[in-house]
Amino acid sequence: MAEAFAKFKESFVFNFIEGARWKYITNGLLVTLKVTFFAVLIGLVIGVVVAMIRSSFDQTKDEMQPGLGKTFMTELNAIAQVYLTVIRGTPVVVQLLIGYFVIFVSSTNTVLVAIMVFGINSGAYITEIIRGGIMSIDRGQFEAGRSIGFNYVQTMRYIIIPQAIKNVLPSLANEFIALMKETAVCGYIGLMDLTKGGDVIRGRTFSAFMPLIAVALIYLILVIFFSWLISKLERRLRSNER
Amino acid sequence: MKKIIALILCLTVCAVCFAGCGNSPDPGENTPKVLKVATNVAFPPYEYYENEKAVGIDIEIVQAICDKLGYTMELSDMEFGSIITAVATGKVDLGFGAITITEERAKSVHFTTSYSTGIQSIIVKEDSPITGVDDLAAEGIKIGVQQDTTGDIYATDQFGEDHMARFNKGADAVQALVTGKIDCVIIDNSPAETFVAQNQGLKILPTAYAEEAYGFEMSYDNEALYNEVNGALEALIADGTVQSIIDKYINAN
Repeated sequence: MAEAFAKFKESFVFNFIEGARWKYITNGLLVTLKVTFFAVLIGLVIGVVVAMIRSSFDQTKDEMQPGLGKTFMTELNAIAQVYLTVIRGTPVVVQLLIGYFVIFVSSTNTVLVAIMVFGINSGAYITEIIRGGIMSIDRGQFEAGRSIGFNYVQTMRYIIIPQAIKNVLPSLANEFIALMKETAVCGYIGLMDLTKGGDVIRGRTFSAFMPLIAVALIYLILVIFFSWLISKLERRLRSNER
Repeated sequence: MKKIIALILCLTVCAVCFAGCGNSPDPGENTPKVLKVATNVAFPPYEYYENEKAVGIDIEIVQAICDKLGYTMELSDMEFGSIITAVATGKVDLGFGAITITEERAKSVHFTTSYSTGIQSIIVKEDSPITGVDDLAAEGIKIGVQQDTTGDIYATDQFGEDHMARFNKGADAVQALVTGKIDCVIIDNSPAETFVAQNQGLKILPTAYAEEAYGFEMSYDNEALYNEVNGALEALIADGTVQSIIDKYINAN
């Protein structure tokens, strides 16, 4: 037992302490958190906007008077549809490589490219989650809002979206967690995220166990921590229900 | 109608499953000896794909060793950094890929006799202000490398973490150089020449970054196989087979 422990300790020191290799893990963790955080922000903004376009078009297309407004909405809806189809229809690794080598060619800021790609990618999934939330709110609420003199944006802002967000919070949390783990493919464009940091250690020490298990544990701890945070938030939001 | 389609799908799945069972290999007496090897098939001219087949200097040499010893080669294409780990953990019998013999690596794997030498070259754009190794230390210079290669290890030690941009494939690093995301690429000379020939506007600096010797690596745990393979390799070096394979891919002028 003591021998196994000594061996474990030796391997730990060799993998993380020697040559300050733990820095690959901490720096990588920072990059992973940075990419995830800003990607989620971008994704939320895109998601709310596109979900509003999609759901209001679906709900009002039959009643809209033909004219400039209707043409405009139809165009917007078509663009949103194309966006959703393309982003959800291609793997995120391919999108990342396209983003890096084709779209943001002139950008030398790799972190920014990763944030944009993951933000745009996540936006598509968040759109569908939030659209589900908006659709789940009874139409009567919308009509009530309009009839007391709110305009469309105000009705959305004060009545529909707050309720919708509460309904979709579990799915949003799910998307956030999935996104954090998806960023593990950042290494493809030479970004030193958590997974890549572990990979570099593995390439230096040629031991598979320590770096891989350490990286896996850190992801797991992160996910457990964020799930706990979100469940707290959920409870807070439900406090007005009784 | 839907039910019919569902039924057909089910039957297809079942059929595929059963077909899979039927094809399972039957370990008979005539099963040839298999040598499991691993490399990263993205390193011309040492290993690369041509007509959907892995070819190159390393692959031909390993094939020659297999032929000599009566083994069948079973190749897995993995990331460069995983090759040595795969050998050290016994997942494969032999790893190769223009891998430089270093003391650090020799602690984990048993290197064979060196069969070839290479130099680390620096690729830059034709109009680049970089003229030599010393220029790389300047503030803000990004050095592209293939992760875990000696180019990566030496440059990280010399220039520090902030200068490094690590890619899974040498070709990705070169692509990043072409699009101006990084300032130079450090990679073995032979692939460097191939990459420069394939992409316009690139050149190799005349000063080499480092010189080194390539070896195949095997596990310390299987001494018998090591002796067998290393013996065959030495015989192939002695009778000139290895040199003729290298000459075939690299012009000797």
